[in-house]
Amino acid sequence: MAARRVTLSRRDFLIGTASAGACLSLGLYLPLGSARAKTGEPLPEVNAWVVIKPDDTVVIRIARSEMGQGTLTGLAQLVAEELDCDWSRVTTEYPTPGENLRRDRVWKSFSTGGSQGIRGSHQYVREGGALARTLLIEAAAEAWGVPAEECVANASVITHRPTGRTTTYGKVAAAAAEMVPPLTVALKDPKDWKIAGKPLMRLDTQDKLTGKQVFGADLRLPGMLNAAVRACPVFGGRLETFDDTAVREMPGVKAVVRVDDTAVAVVAETWWQAKTALDALPVTWDEGPNANLSSESIAKMLAEGLDANDAFVGNQVGDDVQAALAGAAKTVEAVYAYPYQNHATMEPMNATALWTPTRCEVWCPTQNGEAALTATAEAAGLPPTQCEVYKIHLGGGFGRRGAFHDFVHQAVAIAKQLPGTPVKLLWTREEDMLHGAYHPITQARLVGGLDAKGDLVGLRMRISGQSILASVRPGWLRDGADMFTFQGLLPEGDHGISYSIPNLLVDHAMRNPPIPPGFWRGVNVNQNAIYMESFMDELAHAAGADPLAFRRKLMGDNPKGLAVLNAVADRAGWGGPAPEGVYRGLAVCKAFASYIAACAEVSVDDRGRLRIHRIVAATDPGHAVNPQQIEAQVEGSFVFGLSALLYGECTIRAGRVEQENFDTYPSMLMPEMPKVEVILMPSGGFWGGVGEPTIAVAAPAVLNAIFAATGKRIRQFPLKHADLRAA
Amino acid sequence: MTSLNVNGEKVEVDVDGATPLLWVLREQLGLTGTKYACGIGQCGACTVHIDGEAVRACVIPVAALAESQKVTTIEGLSPDGMHPVQQAWAQLDVPQCGYCQPGMIMSAVALLDENSSPSDADIDANITNICRCGTFNRVRRGIHLAAEINKRGGRS
Repeated sequence: MAARRVTLSRRDFLIGTASAGACLSLGLYLPLGSARAKTGEPLPEVNAWVVIKPDDTVVIRIARSEMGQGTLTGLAQLVAEELDCDWSRVTTEYPTPGENLRRDRVWKSFSTGGSQGIRGSHQYVREGGALARTLLIEAAAEAWGVPAEECVANASVITHRPTGRTTTYGKVAAAAAEMVPPLTVALKDPKDWKIAGKPLMRLDTQDKLTGKQVFGADLRLPGMLNAAVRACPVFGGRLETFDDTAVREMPGVKAVVRVDDTAVAVVAETWWQAKTALDALPVTWDEGPNANLSSESIAKMLAEGLDANDAFVGNQVGDDVQAALAGAAKTVEAVYAYPYQNHATMEPMNATALWTPTRCEVWCPTQNGEAALTATAEAAGLPPTQCEVYKIHLGGGFGRRGAFHDFVHQAVAIAKQLPGTPVKLLWTREEDMLHGAYHPITQARLVGGLDAKGDLVGLRMRISGQSILASVRPGWLRDGADMFTFQGLLPEGDHGISYSIPNLLVDHAMRNPPIPPGFWRGVNVNQNAIYMESFMDELAHAAGADPLAFRRKLMGDNPKGLAVLNAVADRAGWGGPAPEGVYRGLAVCKAFASYIAACAEVSVDDRGRLRIHRIVAATDPGHAVNPQQIEAQVEGSFVFGLSALLYGECTIRAGRVEQENFDTYPSMLMPEMPKVEVILMPSGGFWGGVGEPTIAVAAPAVLNAIFAATGKRIRQFPLKHADLRAA
Repeated sequence: MTSLNVNGEKVEVDVDGATPLLWVLREQLGLTGTKYACGIGQCGACTVHIDGEAVRACVIPVAALAESQKVTTIEGLSPDGMHPVQQAWAQLDVPQCGYCQPGMIMSAVALLDENSSPSDADIDANITNICRCGTFNRVRRGIHLAAEINKRGGRS
């Protein structure tokens, strides 16, 4: 096969990145540092995904963000699998959003949400690895003057089979970088995987054990100042005035600046000085139109929607669910409600910005580097081509740092008032709690009808409440409807309903209070699974049926869902004796294209204290790229889902969130953590998500077990308000 | 000037005495392994040792520290990242996002220093750090594993 020189576009890229390299030569911690020699000159890449150094170190480029979910390692495994490289020599780096822009989006999406990190990019990152392997083998073959077909690669070593000659990737990488890749390449059958599919250790652990890992909040740049910000605590309010005479002379204070129309910031030598001065700064707010908004008024607004005539239909089976219910031998009705919640990432929102009239650079933890670049350019008043974003691993994301870059916007707006000086903006926990993008609030009324045999003949579900898309992605509405509202309840797809019900109507009366909603890990499947799975239990009990048997009858068309449900029931010993005082509850769901189920074992003592002893969880994500990391995600999903169930609640009074820190917004702690047994059962043929799905079954499995233990059906959350003493 | 003993070194910092130890460590001394997350002593992300005891550095004014008190941060836990707790954490791949882990590790070390083989109940009572990613079960296993490593002389 003839190799020819690549055209100018690759040279253009090298020139383009060399300027970024100049910035890196400051010796700072920055992404994209590792693939460059000390001179700042980039090493030749084999292709966009793979750089191999002369010493055989493999640098794999990762476009998605690492925020704890393990995607960085999983994606590296997929590339390395097809590359056939030595895993022990693999490192990673983030390409920048600016480079992606300059290179015609060669790395495609940077968005890290919706459990899409791996399932949304596995195909093209594997192709990237396979194409790089092909080039490396061809380069070796050309050097030897032998046909490439006679050469094989394994663990970064290329062998010419007839002669046994060998070379390594590092020796031929420079030549491979000059070759033109084939148009197509075959990928391995997952059953032949040696690196992907294995429970390998994460690549990013060591620095997280020693304090070396630099998060955005930790970043330090030469000459950097620090900013603390306060925005109007009332949603929709504005900054009226502030009196900086009181704080201008305080230690370290450099500036007190207006941030857009909504906030004020103090910039000081250290963040503690900035925060101290901000606390002392007299500020007058224009609280705007929402100053009287309360949780009560919002609940009233949603309750009206439960009975409203107009609603968007999300799923309908049969023509007349009302007739089916009217003809039922028995009907069951219940109303549920789910509160606002904050993402509460451990690392508060932050970004560091350096603005000059011709260029703006931002360093930040972000779930979507490209969106951060857009926010940077908008706030900077510069074209994106004159801006750059350097991504840093996130101290938690959970959806807060993907669709929203308000913190980036603020950092740039502040830095713009101090041209040439890098400014790090770090929110206090209080600011983070008051200015979230909250898990939306909804209520739901469910009415189910059973025939004389106890079979479900009709189900009517009305959701009333907030649309995320109407606020965040209005362009994604379909004729006004937010189909994301129906996650877990849709006729089919990644969030299809688990059951076949002969007459069904699920609709949504959209009611949008003026509280900003956001995508919150698990998104709408969280509350929808609570509603549906709790109500399935209610129906089973009304029918006098076993909750497992009742569900099974409705899952004949859902073999993969049934398989995970059966798996947890079997492992937990459903139907068999439980330990003294321990009761079981089940839940099943499809979310983010994966099938999940859980069986919880709980006890409730005579004082109403809940203990969650054990949870058996099954997941079928299609393909399992790193089983031990999937286990970690499943375990972690119980912490996230059960923290929400036990404590998660942002209430509104006088137009603002009442919970300002972890003392009033607790999260689950070690003693509350149950044993979690993970059954990983990838059935192949599809790619499902992992970071979010299990959250959906965490709460309903526990709620159904609480009912078994106490006879109490909890329909308002969080549980901290519920009296669990036996009825 | 305030004199401190941090990670075995005497340091002098010129700072308002009301400044929390956390911010002196992070901003004056550049020891950013100790994290800010709540500022009110609730979450434990800022856990350091003072004379071997786990404390929350975000609520300790630096003026309250005597020069003789020895402050240890995650950076000073071991010269090579091979403290038994760090070894155990690495073997079990404990961290997810990792932001709470320096505090989690410092809490675990303090527990093990006082109780060489803690029971699950001891762990429940002593590890009160928040982790939003949800690493608790691996933290628990990590503490048990670190206790084993200690018994084997500190090397796994």
